Order: sequence, then C-alpha cells, then structure tokens
Amino acid sequence: MEHTEAVDLQSRLSARWKELPEIQRTGTKIVLALVLAALLLFVDKALGFGVATVAAVYWLYRLPPLPWRLAAQAVLVLLFLVLGPASFGILLAGAFAVFWVPERRRSWVVPAVAVGAAIFYPFYQGHMFTIPVFGAWPDVATGVVMLVFVMMAIGLNIVVGYAGLLDLGYVAFYATGAYTAAFFTSQQFAGQRCPTPGVSVANCSVAVVPKHNFDFGAVGVVPGAGGIHISVWLLLLLAGVITAFFGIVIGLPTLRLRGDYLAIVTLGFGEILPQIARNGDNLFGTGVNLTNGPNGITPLDSMGFGNRISDATGGVLPSNFLTCCKASHFGHQIQSTDIFFWVAIVLLLLTVFCSFRLQYSRLGRAWIAIREDETAAAAMGIPLMRTKTWAYASGAFFGGVAGAYYAVFRSATFPGDFFFNISVFILCMVILGGMGNIWGVIVGAAFLAYLDREGLANTGAWLNTNLSATSFNLLVAGIFLAVLVWLLTRQREQVMRYVLVGLIVIDLVVFAGLRIIHLPIEVPLYASGIYGLIILIVMLLRPEGLIPSRRRAAELHEGVHDEPLYDLAHAGAEG
Amino acid sequence: MTDTVADGNLLVATDVRKEFGGLIAVNDVSFTVPRERVISLIGPNGAGKTTFFNMLTGVYKPTAGSITFLGDDVTGKPPHAITAKGIGRTFQNIRLFQNMTALENVMVGMHTRMRANLFNSIVRTPFVRREEAAARARALELLQEVGLRRKAHAAAKNLPYGEQRKLEVARALATEPQLLLLDEPTAGMNPQESAEFTQFVGHHLRDERKLTVLMIEHDMRVVMGVSDRVSVLDYGEKIAEGSPREVQKNERVIEAYLGKAAVEDMKRQGLS
Repeated sequence: MEHTEAVDLQSRLSARWKELPEIQRTGTKIVLALVLAALLLFVDKALGFGVATVAAVYWLYRLPPLPWRLAAQAVLVLLFLVLGPASFGILLAGAFAVFWVPERRRSWVVPAVAVGAAIFYPFYQGHMFTIPVFGAWPDVATGVVMLVFVMMAIGLNIVVGYAGLLDLGYVAFYATGAYTAAFFTSQQFAGQRCPTPGVSVANCSVAVVPKHNFDFGAVGVVPGAGGIHISVWLLLLLAGVITAFFGIVIGLPTLRLRGDYLAIVTLGFGEILPQIARNGDNLFGTGVNLTNGPNGITPLDSMGFGNRISDATGGVLPSNFLTCCKASHFGHQIQSTDIFFWVAIVLLLLTVFCSFRLQYSRLGRAWIAIREDETAAAAMGIPLMRTKTWAYASGAFFGGVAGAYYAVFRSATFPGDFFFNISVFILCMVILGGMGNIWGVIVGAAFLAYLDREGLANTGAWLNTNLSATSFNLLVAGIFLAVLVWLLTRQREQVMRYVLVGLIVIDLVVFAGLRIIHLPIEVPLYASGIYGLIILIVMLLRPEGLIPSRRRAAELHEGVHDEPLYDLAHAGAEG
Repeated sequence: MTDTVADGNLLVATDVRKEFGGLIAVNDVSFTVPRERVISLIGPNGAGKTTFFNMLTGVYKPTAGSITFLGDDVTGKPPHAITAKGIGRTFQNIRLFQNMTALENVMVGMHTRMRANLFNSIVRTPFVRREEAAARARALELLQEVGLRRKAHAAAKNLPYGEQRKLEVARALATEPQLLLLDEPTAGMNPQESAEFTQFVGHHLRDERKLTVLMIEHDMRVVMGVSDRVSVLDYGEKIAEGSPREVQKNERVIEAYLGKAAVEDMKRQGLS
C-alpha cells in the first residue's frame, strides 16, 4: 500500500515537473545546485567547489535562459573569486564572457581571446589554480614544446587532413628541419687548418685554427669558434624551404601510390632519415662527419634580434634570448624561455594563417577534391601528382620550421629524437583533434604534447599519492569505464569492442597488481599504451576527432564513395 | 593533322584498341566527332562504350591506335591534360565530390582555367582575389544554367538524384570544354526529366553554346530525339553508324540488341 503511494507520489511529482515551463525548471536546477554547493562548502571545501565546477561546465555546455544565465554565472564567478581559487574564477568569467559575445562575432573573438591569454601566459602561470588530477598548469618550457608540436600537427594536417594522404614518416621532415638548423648554427663544420699556408694540420707547428668560419648575422657565437653560423631567423625559413624540397624529392616517387601503399612507403622514409642521422658521423665509410652520429649536434647558437635592432628598440627586442631579460613586469621576471614562447606563438600564428589561406584557395579545393575522389578530380583537370606534391611540400615546410625551432630552443639535436613513434604521435594529435580542422588539430596537439611532457608524470604522481593501497577504488573505476565503453560502442563494432574492453581490463590488472605489491606506478612508462588507448577510444566513439571538420565527419561516417554510388541495374560496370 | 580540323572534325580516333589481359574491350574502333553536333554512342551492356570514353579522357591508355583532338595527338595523355585541352566529362555512376557544396564542386571544375598558385594564394594578391571572385560568379552562372542556383550551398550528397546529374554537367561545363562527354546522363531520371534533359542538350548545349556533345545513352527516346549521328558498339566493335533513322533499321543493330532469332523472326514476318 505504502509502496504504491510512493510510486504514485513520484509519478505525480515528475508529471508536475514536466509541466513546468522550461525557464522555471532550469531555475530550480540552478538554485538546487548552488544550494547544494553552498551546503557542501561547510562540510568540505573541495567537495563544494567540485559541485560548483561541474555545474559551471554543464551550464557552459547547455546555456540556461537569460535571467538565470546571468545570475548563475555571476554567483559562480563570485564564489570562486572570493572563496575558492581566484584564478579559476577569472578563467570561468572568461569562459562565460565568450557566450555573451554575439554568435557572428564569436568566430574571431574566441581566437583573439585565446591568443591574448597565451601571450600573457608566462605572467600568470605561477598564479594558476591546481587542476584536479593533472596538477599544476604546464610551465612555459612545456608551452614552447606544445606550440612546436602544434605547428608540426598543422603541417601534417595539410597532408593527411586536406589531401587525404596518409603519411607515417612525418618525423623525417622534423629531422630535416632540426638538422638544417643544427648544421648552420654549430661548430659541426668547423674543421681545422694550420695558419701557415700549405702546411697540413698534422705537420702544423703553430696552434691549429678552425678551417671554416662563416658568420652571417648569428648571435651568441663564441668568438673564434669555427663552423657556419647563420642567423636563426633566416635559418627558420631556410629549414622550411630545404625540408619542402625534401618533401618534393620524397614525394615524387611515392605519391603515385594510393592509400595503404603510400603509408608503407612513407613509413620507410621516416625510418631512413633518422638512420642517416644516426650513422652520419662516417658517411658511407668515407669518414665524412655530417651529423655527428649518435652524439648529436650541440650546442647551437642562440636566437636574438642582434645588437642593432635591440638598441634601436631600446632593448624591447632582446639582442640575444639566452642572455637577455632582466626586466620584470607584473611581478614576473622575464626569462629567456618566455621569449622563446612568444616567438613560438608568432610562428604558430603564421602557420595557422597560411593553413587557412591554403584551405580556401584553388589548391585547397583541389586537395579536398583529391581526397574525395581521385578519378573525378583528375577528370576535372586537377593534375594529381603535382597537387599532391604541393600538399606534401607545404606539410614538410611547416614540419621543417618547427623542427628547426625546436632544435634551436633546446640548443641540440640528437638522432634519438626522431623515432618512428614521433610520426605516430603527431598523427595521433591530428586524429584526436579532428582531421582537416585547424582548431581541432591545435587542441589535440596541445593536449597530447602536454600529456607527454608533464601531464602523464603529474597524473602518475597524483595516482601514487591519492590511491595508496586502495587499488580497490581503481578497480571499481576501471570496471565502470569498461562497462561505459561497452555500452557506448555500437553493436557492429563487436571486435573492436572486445579489444578495447580487453585492453582496459589488462591495464587495470597491471595497475592494480602493481598497487597491491606497493610499487609506485610510473605512468609515463605506459605513455604509448595510453596514447593508443586514447586513439582507440576516439576512433570508436568519435572517429572525426574532438573538433571535426564538417566534411571529414561526413566522410568517416559514410565512407568515401570510391564505389559506384548509383549502380543502375541496366548499366553494367563497363558500358 | 590539320585536315581533320578543316574537315570540321573535333576528335578523330583511329583504330583504337583496348585489351584487359585476354579480353578485348574495344577492338580497333575508328571514330570521328564533327563540330557542334550531338553524337550518341549506343550498344548493349559490356559493348565497351565506357571503356572507349575512358580512353578518350585519358583514364585508360589505349593498347593501340591513336586519338587526335583539335589536331593534336592526345593518345595516352593524363586525364588532367586532356581536360585542359578541352574535353569535359560526366560519369556513369555519379562521381561528385559528395561532401563539397554544389558551388565548390563547380569551382573545382574550373581548376585548369585558374592560375592561382600556392604562394600568391597565401598572400592573397589582388590577382587571386579577383580570380576567385570571378570564378565564384562564373560558377553561380553555371549553376543557374542547369537550374541549381538556389542549391549552390547545399552539399552535393544532399541533392536529389536528378539534380546530382545536372550538377555533374555543370561541373563538366566549368572546365570550359569544346567537347562534352556524357556517360548515361539520363540514367535514373524519370521520363519528364529525360525529356527536359534532351531539350537542354540539343537546344542549349548544341544550338546556343555551340558545344559538341558525345554521349552514351540507353534511353532510345533521348537518343533518337537529339542525336545528329548514332554509332553502335557491340563486343568492342563498331557495327553501325549513321542517322538515328538509319541505325534504327540496321539489321546488325537489331541483332545485337535482340538476338539473331528476333531478326529471323522479323524477316519471316516481313516475307509473309
């Protein structure tokens, strides 16, 4: 009797609830969430903020109607500003503000805000709140690496996303760029020479001096050091051009191939170049030292604007990045890393600009046409080889610039940096973000690069401190994840479903086992597995990536029609 | 060479042959296309019509024989070079760029008639800006011509079947062809659409635009309604050629379509 009454009450209440106008329902939800958060704040601060954060994210996702939107957003921002981590309040205010911008302006306001936030990042990075699980915000050096990888991913996106050419050897371009920079900013080609004319080094009676000493606008060169030293600014361009040329050389024989075959050949090239770098200290047994072999080339010259420009601008543009920087603004002493970070932003903006311009040009249309249907594209007058080669060359260009910049930033380059897994890593960034969409690629690349440099280590540290000996929790969470994946994947992907869930279970057993025998979990060791898992999940649940290009999404869900679309019964395959 | 142009022949194919392994798909076919005419290529399934088309447009390389277009030898040239020379085509099974809009599809067709390159596209020089705007305007005009102006921004795959066929024609016209190759353009159209299309080809393309059209067609109403000449292929060989009326009466053609028994049957009926 009681039981039925309860059910009755519940159904009546839910009916009443559904009858309410949308605005009242939303309002009630908002008030309930805020009250709950406020109550929890007295019990446990973190818990209260947690509820508030979830509510905030939800309201960003589904905007409440107007009066409630303003009220809820104001309350939340104030809550965090006054009681919680103030930096989160400011971030939240920024995120809310974006939605107050009229929709037609949003397409440029959002990127402008993002660029502004990025430029000032070094100033506020130290004051940011701690992200749950992931820990502190990435430091500026990580930021530079992230930007470099974003550049490379955008370059690869031209090849894979626009033109649809699967390139598994992109690391070759990265290596070409890095070594180009290294050759011309180091003492690699110094050699030795006797100052007395006509006397060989071996018979020299006075101290030997460097044989080649060519200096063209380079900064920070040790006086008297040999080798070729060219201004890094010029080199960035030069590295891009040389790498693009390399792309053409690699592309001409390989781009005749379609699909899988192309992928395999590029894989081969991606392996050849790093091997040359590794064994280039004795090229073909001739004793010619081109790449200094496994020891790599280090140190490289610094970057800088040179004394003249520096003086002319009153020191605003530093003459040498490494020795600059005594100024302090907004309570932050500017580091050389910060300058590298800002230059990387400028390079990235240029890359994005070029990529956009290309996408909406005659060439960009031709690339997409080739991706959609090669035969039809050729019949419409698009020269396949030439157009694909241009895609390859442009992709290579950005890869080369990024590689050169990274080498200069680290002041070193080693053959070990150019393994096959980097090619896959960059490809993962493109896939995760969304092939063909620049914003998606930026987000995907930045996230994966962050995970690689800091994220995984931070997560590992968090796991080790917070899950001490409670592997049971982890197990429960994992099982929950497995069930979730099971439910979310569709029936027709049966095999993938088993594979995915199997992987999660294996991961869990390993993790749990390690915890039970009290070994700390070294999360970064499982990096490849974790990236693999991310890609698996993305491909199963959202093959178009996080922020897909509209076109690409359609292709992935329906397949590209290389098969006849309308094969009429009366029309044979060959008329 | 110049003779063919003087004769008014746009395209001359001489003893063109295509073998796939042991199969002879097209067997030494000679074929001319005079200017400003609508020529139909008919024949039963598997007669080698599309193979012949594919050789004209460079998709296949002929095993033997030569193809001359506008007095130049184009045998075995790549498809894009042939398109640039002035042969536009549509496909038997529609091959639009499905996820591009109708407008973009047509603009892709203009590729060979545009000059923008990688570098000036990035800078977006005034030349590129002007060219792009002109291409856009021209593409819209072409869409207007085939009656798809209002669907310019719809994705190709979302267009109904008949309109996809029309879009393919617009895309082929965008390549500014002198010779337009239509591969079964009315397949899948209803009788009314077919009739409209016949009118479009005969009146608009041939009479107004002075285009030469070569089409593969199965619908005899279309073939008889618009063709200036009909050529018949069977088992890779040209078995008949002439005006629609002549071809209709040709014994070998009837045999190819209906079989030997039918011809004998008709003869007997004719005798009795």
